[in-house]
Amino acid sequence: MKQLIASMAFITVLMSFQTVSKKPASPVTKTTTPAAKKPATGGVVSNNLKAIMERGQNVYLINCLACHQVDGGGVPHLNAPLDGATAVKANDKAKLIRIVLKGMTDRVEIDGESYSNNMAPHPELTDQQISDVLTYVRNSWTNKASAVTQAEVKAVRAKIK
Amino acid sequence: MKKTFSAVSFLLFTAGFSILTANAQNFGDNPGSHTPASGGISMGSKTAAIVPDADNAGLKLPAGFGALKVADNLGKTRHIVVTAQGDIYAKVMGKVAEGKGILKLHDANGDGRSDETTGLGNYGGTGICIKNGYLYASSDEEIFRYKLNDKNEVINPLQPEKIITGLKKGNQHETKSIVLDNAGNIYVNIGAYSNSCQEQDRTPGSKGRMPCPILDSAGGIWQFKADKLNQTYGDGSRYATGLRNVVGLDWNSQSNQLYVMQHGRDQLHDLFPAMYDVQANADLPAETMYALKKGDNAGWPYVYYDPFQNKKIIAPEYGGDGKKEASSEYVNPAMAFPAHMAPNGLLFYTGNMFPAKYKNGAFIAFHGSWNRAPLPQEGYYVAFVPFENGKPTGKWEIFANGFSGLEVVTGTRGAAHRPCGLAQGPDGSLYVSDDSKGTIYRIIYNGK
Repeated sequence: MKQLIASMAFITVLMSFQTVSKKPASPVTKTTTPAAKKPATGGVVSNNLKAIMERGQNVYLINCLACHQVDGGGVPHLNAPLDGATAVKANDKAKLIRIVLKGMTDRVEIDGESYSNNMAPHPELTDQQISDVLTYVRNSWTNKASAVTQAEVKAVRAKIK
Repeated sequence: MKKTFSAVSFLLFTAGFSILTANAQNFGDNPGSHTPASGGISMGSKTAAIVPDADNAGLKLPAGFGALKVADNLGKTRHIVVTAQGDIYAKVMGKVAEGKGILKLHDANGDGRSDETTGLGNYGGTGICIKNGYLYASSDEEIFRYKLNDKNEVINPLQPEKIITGLKKGNQHETKSIVLDNAGNIYVNIGAYSNSCQEQDRTPGSKGRMPCPILDSAGGIWQFKADKLNQTYGDGSRYATGLRNVVGLDWNSQSNQLYVMQHGRDQLHDLFPAMYDVQANADLPAETMYALKKGDNAGWPYVYYDPFQNKKIIAPEYGGDGKKEASSEYVNPAMAFPAHMAPNGLLFYTGNMFPAKYKNGAFIAFHGSWNRAPLPQEGYYVAFVPFENGKPTGKWEIFANGFSGLEVVTGTRGAAHRPCGLAQGPDGSLYVSDDSKGTIYRIIYNGK
């Protein structure tokens, strides 16, 4: 069952990537390096993507799962859900990167609900770990959104230092 | 499987919506002045007519017990209280619409199910209780009370008396549970706005602050006068400290003592992976019940209770290694329960409906865990502990299960219902609230 879900999720991810590549570039992608554009070239894509998702999942299991839960559903009133969350799927990837790097202690409503737990900052994660885990989160469960690149993480990290 | 579930939830949601719409007109009424229900209902004689739902409201209960859904889709219903007339007041948490902070459920035809919902109060919150002719209710920063008439109806819903104000409300554990004793005092939980008082909350490697500055105004139970207006910290006293967060609490009239259920700390594995593996994280620390005396210190954040070693252990943020025993200055729990199950409701049962074993015993509503991930979650049920004269006389057992609708809960979001508040009806029925879908359950005994 778990494997089935995983493979379904993977297929979903693949499909989402195709859609994403057709979309016009969001403002954030202007900062991407040539490396970030690799997913446009055939067979390499799935390998890369599979590797990214696997690495991203590993980062998720260690750093995120306890609060955001195995289904990305979070915990009502405490920990924000990632699955289905508007901000997670949105084009403002810098915002997500900033939350991972700086944590979150603001009490803001997320899709009309409030969540009261603090999120720890994760500056110890590398640019690659953050880009992997955000790509994983943006393309897991019911989420489908463009990948986050290392360059995007690097740019945000430079700004907040 | 997941799709089926979503479809079902959608149906439930849609169904719920039409119920809410149907009831909406009632909210507009002035609840305090609405005409009394015709022909005063004597709950004692009506109980015989109350029939459990065919599926016992989806609950699994001991033999002889049955359950019915009194109401559904009420929102985030937290603590509840039942009047001598059988009306239910439920406190609603979070953002509430005008006049819907407290819901009053009335059963006009005596079938045990609510058929009239009215509301009052514009603030979200958790705490609610009735004592000496007043309805007390809390927001996350203040406590209010409303004078009741002889039918336990609120006389002036728009003008409550503010009895306590300015309570600390930080990130997490912000709800204020309340209970009164028999000597004119009210007890308020002020939860610690932290997991373990680290310099940076929930962050691996961050040290525990010493002494923990949070404890001056939170992380304990405060005592105030039940009838004095506009009290704040200076008017009350810190009754007990070292309690991370208490949601379920009750006054035991047999031992004339306050009992509280602490939510134990989270994330031992995430924060200290070298000391605690995933299994240890799921099993530690215990959720603990304390019988409190004035001045007690339960030890948070410096210690936690290990139910396997049966010891208070020094927290890793404060130099602990999982084995070092803590100072004896901290009180021992009256009882320990499995980790992370989130006890949100505590009720000492004094009714006569249930069999003798339940008399004076403690019912505990476990909201259900999230911090056992990636292992399966626990809780999501109402437990029972036999008590006599304020002391447990046996092991705890699961009393009512099945709230989640799942065999195994993996992600918290998947649980259909989460038990939160408990109340006893005038006939001895046990009421349970759910803050996920807003269902109120009534559990009755019909085994005689």
